[in-house]
Amino acid sequence: MSVRWKDLRLTGWGRGPASAAQAARPERASAAAEALAAARGEGAALFARGAGRSYGDAAQLSGGRALLTARLDRILAFDAATARVECEAGVTFRALLDTFVPRGFVPPVSPGTAFVTVGGAIAADVHGKNHDRHGSFGDHVDWIDMLLADGRIVRTGPDAEPELFRATLGGMGLSGMILRAGFRLLPGSPALAVHARRIANLEEFFAAFAAARDSATYSVGWVDALARGRSLGRGIFETAEFAAGGAAAPARKPLPVPFDLPAFALSGPSVRAFNEIYWRRVPSAGREDVRALDAFFYPLDRLSDWHRLYGRRGFYQFQSVVPDGAALPAVRAMLETVASGGNASFLAVLKTLGSEGRGFLSFPMRGVTLALDIPRSAGADELMKKLERISCDAGGRIYLAKDAVMSPETFRATYPGLPAFEAALQRLDPAGRFATDQSRRLAIGGRAA
Amino acid sequence: MSDTWLILGASSAIARAFARVAAIRGADVLLAARDIDDAGATAVDIAIRTGRRAEVVAFDATDEAAHAALVERARAFAGEGTLNVFLAFGAMPEQSAIDADPMLVGPTIAANFTSAAVLLHRLAPVLEARGAGAVVALGSVAGDRGRLKNYVYGSAKAGLHAYLQGLRARLVRKGVHVVTLKPGFVDTAMTWGLPGMFLVASPETIAAAALDAATRKRDIVYAPGFWWGIMTIIRHIPERIFKKLNI
Ligand SMILES: Cc1cc2nc3c(=O)[nH]c(=O)nc-3n(C[C@H](O)[C@H](O)[C@H](O)COP(=O)(O)OP(=O)(O)OC[C@H]3O[C@@H](n4cnc5c(N)ncnc54)[C@H](O)[C@@H]3O)c2cc1C
Repeated sequence: MSVRWKDLRLTGWGRGPASAAQAARPERASAAAEALAAARGEGAALFARGAGRSYGDAAQLSGGRALLTARLDRILAFDAATARVECEAGVTFRALLDTFVPRGFVPPVSPGTAFVTVGGAIAADVHGKNHDRHGSFGDHVDWIDMLLADGRIVRTGPDAEPELFRATLGGMGLSGMILRAGFRLLPGSPALAVHARRIANLEEFFAAFAAARDSATYSVGWVDALARGRSLGRGIFETAEFAAGGAAAPARKPLPVPFDLPAFALSGPSVRAFNEIYWRRVPSAGREDVRALDAFFYPLDRLSDWHRLYGRRGFYQFQSVVPDGAALPAVRAMLETVASGGNASFLAVLKTLGSEGRGFLSFPMRGVTLALDIPRSAGADELMKKLERISCDAGGRIYLAKDAVMSPETFRATYPGLPAFEAALQRLDPAGRFATDQSRRLAIGGRAA
Repeated sequence: MSDTWLILGASSAIARAFARVAAIRGADVLLAARDIDDAGATAVDIAIRTGRRAEVVAFDATDEAAHAALVERARAFAGEGTLNVFLAFGAMPEQSAIDADPMLVGPTIAANFTSAAVLLHRLAPVLEARGAGAVVALGSVAGDRGRLKNYVYGSAKAGLHAYLQGLRARLVRKGVHVVTLKPGFVDTAMTWGLPGMFLVASPETIAAAALDAATRKRDIVYAPGFWWGIMTIIRHIPERIFKKLNI
């Protein structure tokens, strides 16, 4: 059967400039291979796209061919004795949770939304609130079935085609299309015992993380990005452990955000008020509560389409990790830059990361990571540049799953695995068939936009 | 005793969605499909997600000689439970392709009508003997009126609609209910990238409507329901006007 393509305009979760692409949506591996062959026959570049939850331009390519994985959504094996799962690339974390939490298992690593796909989680080598303890998603992957640029389907793992494996974990889809993967779940339950406490400033935050890092399984800091002066870096620090035998709170339906809010809804004063209320909610002495898994891991998923809150112009998410030694001054400088810029940020999230990932381009390193939303209003690009500079000067790096505007120079300077990655691509995909707007912007493999 | 659904043409997106939701609601599923590796993946997925029994049987609708064995297998799989049938196979070549090659007319009619009628005729006595269960067969809004853009497929579906009416009358006498489900545009591989699609429903929506129709013993159901309104209008356009429309 001939492959039918559908014209789509694709953008990232931050709703930046969309790119027109022709998309196929294979329902089985053989159909994916046919689509790849058809694209190749026409000399077109292509890329895989999961749930489109990366923020920037990583899952789009102007004039390219998209292979959507939404219908490759089957769980292929599960062994409760070893906690091993096999599934197709388009299976979402939501599906994994719905299927395995009732049996006492959770995904080993969870990003802040359950809408992501397993393919996307591997391609970005995602991290969660347990990175110190459990590493990134790729650390739990046993094997991956890849559809390569030349049309072959190859199984790769730490010991099988290891170069392909390392180019795929965190490789942002450039090593080929992930079709299936095998990975291990962790024991878990529907609820967590969460300890939350109010934090007065950044120094206190760092002290809290330092103390919790080796003892708490999950930890996260919510930072009020608008607080300045002595309160700079104030926020709420949460640590959590799975509650034994905890009952699940009833599932709540997501609240839709059905329209694009006008820009004034996000003006400094309203966000400031929001942050103040949020912060005051938590007693300074801290409190313990039992929270449903979804409420702890995916608080934003309650608002489906919350990204529309930022209006039509969309927003950036800045996320970088800075090595421990340089983290405090760098994070302070970033927060000062944001607070003085007046670019409101609902969400600033602080986490610690434990070690490097297995992929050539895996984001994590031992250090502290800060993530914040920046509406694309006037001055946003300049602000992003400043943050990029601070991060880079401190020896940090920017997360490709969030990135929309990093310069190729910063990228090259901060990802030491890049030469090895490019060497792998040279072997796997010499013609550069797999490409994205991001890979072109960053001139990966010397192939500039 | 659990319900069983025999799912004919289990590789289509609607059938996959139907099998999943039927199993979620407690039924065992027997997936009959041409590509048994693919259907096998669907079966495993369903078994893992729902804990229900999900098995696969090789099935080519146009291989009518093999229908008897399939019916036997379904009977064995269902055991003492209720056997229900979801008929979802079919094929929709583009009208332009058929216009270019008249030899495609026969296979299109066979894939959408003849083989369905032959198989249902073979299943009918089995269902009658069991005295319970439901048949849900996928018709199409395309079968409500012959259209310039899709009339060979549409005429096969029209034939199926008439066949199902008769079958409904036959089986109701023995406690078996027949649903004619007429989906509008559904977001499947069949419609992906086709021009002129609107109000496209997800396979999950159609699957839920199908199961609902069986439970509530509805006869002819449009899915989503608003297609009833659309088709009522389309059916009432006078032929002398309709023939000039570009739809
Ligand atoms: C609210 C929110 C919170 C988040 N929190 C976190 C977090 O805490 N930690 C974290 O690490 N990330 C986080 N993220 C980012 C997210 O986890 C990653 O961007 C992830 O890659 C998204 O998966 P996806 O399925 O949406 O992939 P997409 O966005 O569709 O694609 C992302 C990249 O993966 C590639 N890709 C996708 N599928 C395949 C495939 N089958 N084969 C090959 N390549 C593929 C694409 O080409 C693209 O380069 C968050 C995102 C959101 C929206």
